[in-house]
Amino acid sequence: MEKFVKHTGSALPLRRSNVDTDQIIPAVYLKRITKNGFEDGLFAAWRSDPAFELNQSQYKAATVLVAGPDFGTGSSREHAVWALQNYGFKVVLSSRFADIFRGNSQKMGLLTVILTQDEIEKIWQRVESKPDTQFTVDLAAKTVTYEANTLSFAIDDYTRWRLMEGLDDIGLTFTKIDEVTKFEEKRMSFKPKTLPIR
Amino acid sequence: MGKTLAEKIWAEHVVTAAAGEPDLLYIDLHLIHEVTSPQAFDGLRIAGRKVRRPDLTIATEDHNVPTLNIDKPIADPVSKLQVDTLRKNCTEFGVRLHSLGDVEQGIVHVVGPQLGITQPGMTIVCGDSHTSTHGAFGALAFGIGTSEVEHVLATQTLPLLRPKTMAINVEGSLKAGVTSKDIILAVIAKIGTGGGQGYILEYRGSAIRALSMEARMTICNMSIEAGARAGLIAPDQITFDYVQNKAHAPVGADWDSALTYWKTLTTDTDAKFDKEVNLNADELAPFVTWGTNPGQGLPLTASVPNPADLSNAEDRGAAERALEYMGLKPGTPLKSIAVDTVFLGSCTNGRIEDLRSAAQVLKGKKIASTLRLLVVPGSARVRLQAEAEGLDKVFLDAGAEWRSAGCSMCLGMNPDQLKPGERAASTSNRNFEGRQGKGGRTHLVSPLVAAATALKGTLASPADL
Repeated sequence: MEKFVKHTGSALPLRRSNVDTDQIIPAVYLKRITKNGFEDGLFAAWRSDPAFELNQSQYKAATVLVAGPDFGTGSSREHAVWALQNYGFKVVLSSRFADIFRGNSQKMGLLTVILTQDEIEKIWQRVESKPDTQFTVDLAAKTVTYEANTLSFAIDDYTRWRLMEGLDDIGLTFTKIDEVTKFEEKRMSFKPKTLPIR
Repeated sequence: MGKTLAEKIWAEHVVTAAAGEPDLLYIDLHLIHEVTSPQAFDGLRIAGRKVRRPDLTIATEDHNVPTLNIDKPIADPVSKLQVDTLRKNCTEFGVRLHSLGDVEQGIVHVVGPQLGITQPGMTIVCGDSHTSTHGAFGALAFGIGTSEVEHVLATQTLPLLRPKTMAINVEGSLKAGVTSKDIILAVIAKIGTGGGQGYILEYRGSAIRALSMEARMTICNMSIEAGARAGLIAPDQITFDYVQNKAHAPVGADWDSALTYWKTLTTDTDAKFDKEVNLNADELAPFVTWGTNPGQGLPLTASVPNPADLSNAEDRGAAERALEYMGLKPGTPLKSIAVDTVFLGSCTNGRIEDLRSAAQVLKGKKIASTLRLLVVPGSARVRLQAEAEGLDKVFLDAGAEWRSAGCSMCLGMNPDQLKPGERAASTSNRNFEGRQGKGGRTHLVSPLVAAATALKGTLASPADL
């Protein structure tokens, strides 16, 4: 995973709530067996509408997605995170994220930042009037800065450290693998096994 | 202070815990399907890792598979490649797989319980958000992403921050014609699609205890539509009776030990939930969604709401957008809405009891000539059981299509899709824009409402016939 320390870029306002993962990437695009090439499926159903924000030239360079509340609800498909990253997004700002989507984004190094809906609304208004407004998302300082505004956000220290170091969770767990073995030795014996087939 | 059921199961599975870190949780069962696993197996290969516990892992083919002509090669080459990749990965890594055509093939959340590998007190994960289904057994079961699938394959554990707990108390008794699907749709309408974020839900109360295992699975299945990764129900005699004698259920002395342990799996009387929500079962009616998220639902007797009546600006905007997509006008009685397709199936309502209840409504009658009724059993075994009971004849005589098992039109990854503008009454779990096919419009309903709607042509409950 790539380290995430600080990112500066322009933003794309997505004034919709409950953008579920079927909207981020419809199921028919989930058939690939790699983690790349999903950008074509990003918001696929809305891409045919010229008025859709992703089609507007003033937002072409955006790397920060500013979404409405309850972003990423629905399916567990990590393809939603890959599609956003494949397209070029580094950060998503919202007042509420669905749990699985947020977990997936934190595994892949796509930073999901929770701000208040009031702060999101002000960002939407600013970006709509001045699309090239630059946003700096600083994970070390836990702040989002644009123009004279500095907004603080919360993130648990462990996840922040892992993202800033770009650490692979599996590698971290392997440092505790002896504990896993010990745990397995005292598991209840009646717990089911899938093999041998009964 | 006592512990909630969720806290007990969590504590039982903590491998390591340290302040300021997620707990490392042991996973008792990992379910796999073709869509969310290929990149995870790839990750193992690149790192030179093995599947740590193939004996706690099981795979099936469900999302992509056709429900017609299953003896022929899969026609869509991209779907075929994904299914072939699962087969290759399972062979290479020694994972048990139930392929298309196998008697144990089916939707992963129908297969686990019917094999008896879903048991109380377990931790169960799958790269699928409807893994919450297994919570009906008093198991802690939740959906994970592909990075986590790889993590579980490699280590049989997951690092997780402990969620909060929420009690959903449903007291009273359901009226005739009201089902567990109506309970969960009412819960989601009440707390919203984000209401359960950060929580494990525990469904409690006399109305829940009165439900069969299959009805309980329907409720837990849709916990994720309320934003909760997991939802569970304390195991009781109904649970134990369901598990006993299944292929992988404990036997002999193991059964006795298991039962002794399972009986401890209840929330202590002095435990405290972080949040409680109350519903009165007596007041519930058949429910239907009118919008594009599962929280946008109302009793079938209601009319399409007017967004202007909503005080919250966010809800108002969402409702306006939803009505535009759904092609509905405020004030339209829900029962006057005509549908083109009725879909009976999915991990929410594709089990034998669901098919039985729909068949009872359809028996000896014909579906409306204006629509098609697609009946897709949740698993190959459910299909066989239904055929043994003559349900296939009931469906076919009524004019329905009788299909093979899979996720099918719930998410339209296979050829079973709505066309743009088509409207469906669906027993599945998501009415998202385009979920059942690009431009398709979905109303979520119970199997009883689905069957009655198929006969009437417009949204209806059996009482309307």
